[in-house]
Amino acid sequence: MSSTSATTTDARPAHEEGHGHADRNARVHPLRFLARAEAALADPVLQIAIERTTGTAERKRADAVEGFPQFDKARVLGKRIKDHVIANLDHYLLAFERNAIASGAKVHWASTAGEASRIVIGLCRDAGAKRVTRSKSMLGEEIGLPHALDEAGIDRVETDLAEHIVQLGGDTPSHIIWPSMHRTREQVSAMFHASHRVPHGEETIEAMVDSARRELRDKFFSSDVAISGANFLIADTGSTCTVTNEGNAELTTSPPRVHIVTAGIEKLVPSASHAMAMLRLLVRSATGGDITQYTTLHRGPRQPGDRDGPEEFHIVLVDNGRTRMLKEGLKEMLRCIRCGACMNHCVVFRQIGGHAYGGVYPGPMGAVLTPVFDGLGAARDLPHACTLNGRCREVCPVDIPLPTLMRGWRDRSWREGLEPPAARIGIGLFAFAASRPRIFHLGTALALRVMRLFRKNGLIQRMPLLGAWTRHRDFPAPAERSFLAMYRDAQSGKTTPGSSR
Amino acid sequence: MNTSPSAVRVGFFATCLVNAMRPNVGFASLKLLEEAGCIVEVPMQQTCCGQPAFNGGDTRDAAVLARQFIEAFEPFDHVVIPSGSCAGMVKAHYEEALADDPAWAERARRLAARTHEIMSFLVDVMGYAPQGRSLVASATYHDSCSGLRELGVHAQPRAMLGKIQGLELRPLEGHDVCCGFGGTFCVKYAPISNAIVEEKAAAVERTGAQLLLGGDLGCLMNIAGKLSRRKSDVRVLHTVEVLAGMADAPAIAESR
Repeated sequence: MSSTSATTTDARPAHEEGHGHADRNARVHPLRFLARAEAALADPVLQIAIERTTGTAERKRADAVEGFPQFDKARVLGKRIKDHVIANLDHYLLAFERNAIASGAKVHWASTAGEASRIVIGLCRDAGAKRVTRSKSMLGEEIGLPHALDEAGIDRVETDLAEHIVQLGGDTPSHIIWPSMHRTREQVSAMFHASHRVPHGEETIEAMVDSARRELRDKFFSSDVAISGANFLIADTGSTCTVTNEGNAELTTSPPRVHIVTAGIEKLVPSASHAMAMLRLLVRSATGGDITQYTTLHRGPRQPGDRDGPEEFHIVLVDNGRTRMLKEGLKEMLRCIRCGACMNHCVVFRQIGGHAYGGVYPGPMGAVLTPVFDGLGAARDLPHACTLNGRCREVCPVDIPLPTLMRGWRDRSWREGLEPPAARIGIGLFAFAASRPRIFHLGTALALRVMRLFRKNGLIQRMPLLGAWTRHRDFPAPAERSFLAMYRDAQSGKTTPGSSR
Repeated sequence: MNTSPSAVRVGFFATCLVNAMRPNVGFASLKLLEEAGCIVEVPMQQTCCGQPAFNGGDTRDAAVLARQFIEAFEPFDHVVIPSGSCAGMVKAHYEEALADDPAWAERARRLAARTHEIMSFLVDVMGYAPQGRSLVASATYHDSCSGLRELGVHAQPRAMLGKIQGLELRPLEGHDVCCGFGGTFCVKYAPISNAIVEEKAAAVERTGAQLLLGGDLGCLMNIAGKLSRRKSDVRVLHTVEVLAGMADAPAIAESR
């Protein structure tokens, strides 16, 4: 299973069945994007849950950035570190592998999601695992690991509090930092009462956390294999770095005999000091804290004389479309450190939440990534369902031009003929006229006449072709004549500018 | 009008929305530009900047419209546009739309440097401030996203509005948050757009201001249309209409 061959590159175009895990269909909601979005908009409890989490996140991030006067400089540095690594990915990957192997770790390479989860399942079987404990990892979600473990009949214990809630609910994460964002604390309380052996008495957050702790405690110590992700892969030592706020990752990875780390190849940094530079950005952008509660470095298995640590330490390096992103104009997306700031500040995400996006990663970063994993044909709505307002880029700690990358997908969708006929005809006709000024001005004059037929008290409240607008808002009745027509007449002395309306 | 040879020659691009929906914004812009000492011309070949095609993914048609725009406006010292969104298209995206053709991309780059959103042009380039204008009213201001983030339009409109006697400016909660317009987004994803603009309209109403001002007609039509549907009596105007003393026109989507 362990191999040291360089990462293979998949040559399939992105719009064919992507690198998503094999059971993709099992997790994607069957409805279309807009139907999922409408369902989310109509769910009042979800609306409360989203606003509580993202509203708090927005305020805390603003305070954290305010309290770190060098944030802009740190942001430039973070961007440069990631760009340097991405430009020298082969060098740092091989250095990381060499140093990880020297520490006693076993390094595995997976070019697709399916391959990655098969490697992990194989390692669990080799270890004779009946129970595995997992600490939260979005890469694990990306490669379909929860589902694969369940399919393999291995008892999977999610130890992150929010992931525990997701597991109890039998659904999927709706946010990359707060996976159970879609649940209110009132709903979580009911879930704990229904499923925990000794549920909380008092309805407080502390009592609920204690309830989860009681439920999970013995499972930490009876686990055969620990599976974690990594926030950073440190090339010069072969270490992996994980940051958490609950300490569950540390308790997850310490007792079991085998520890498996799964990580995307873009997580590389040259050294631990580079990781710390990135960490300053990550924590402020994600939770608005000054530092994470736990920052843990793992390097290799237990050595002679060590008091604890796993006997086997495996690292699964996952490509899953990343090298293809490098070649296909998405290399800036590889800077992403998965902080979630873009979604916390996205007007669309804050209305529809994470599940409506239908992919593993929601929000602006998900709208760029999901077409890579699921194919543009399946995910073309996501980069379109964005107002291109640029706030995501403004708060991105590594300055990823998310709107530009989303527009890149739109461009590709147009070229590959994936756009629906209405959009093609609409934009095509408009562009045809707009590139012929005389026709455009005639068309404008005609449109103004037609629209004025529908006006009532200066407003248009219903009109054919305007339904999507007028269902929700009034449309102003247009002027009698266009600006250019009035201006031309004024220039030739017929009327005075501004006098005719 | 200043007609000395050194006077700044401005080509005014009305935008297709102002052209069709609200000529008053165009005439108010001309008035301000002339007050600022510019010689203003309005090329008749102008249509649309190409942004709907560009953002829809139709980069080829966007490039056709970009070339047409460049040819029409290259002769001027400056190009001025009463919209951060359309000015942002010319300044921030034409070069990208024409990237396949280095000669055109270079022309785009040069024109971008001379293209301005009107409020930043008036303040930053012409050092203009309205004089002797008054409007006794309370107003709040929405920062449209392209103008704010692509062009840095934020202080200029507030500085000019501060010179209008009797006008009280009230802060708007979420003034820098998108209103949900997003061009074709507002009709393609109408329910999401509606939910966003509902929140914007509610925030505007909470200020208690009589006027909502902004610099982009698309956003203003979106917010005004929602306020109207909510039976709100907030009047929505483009900032140049207030600055030029032309705020007596019926407001955007005001029933009458």
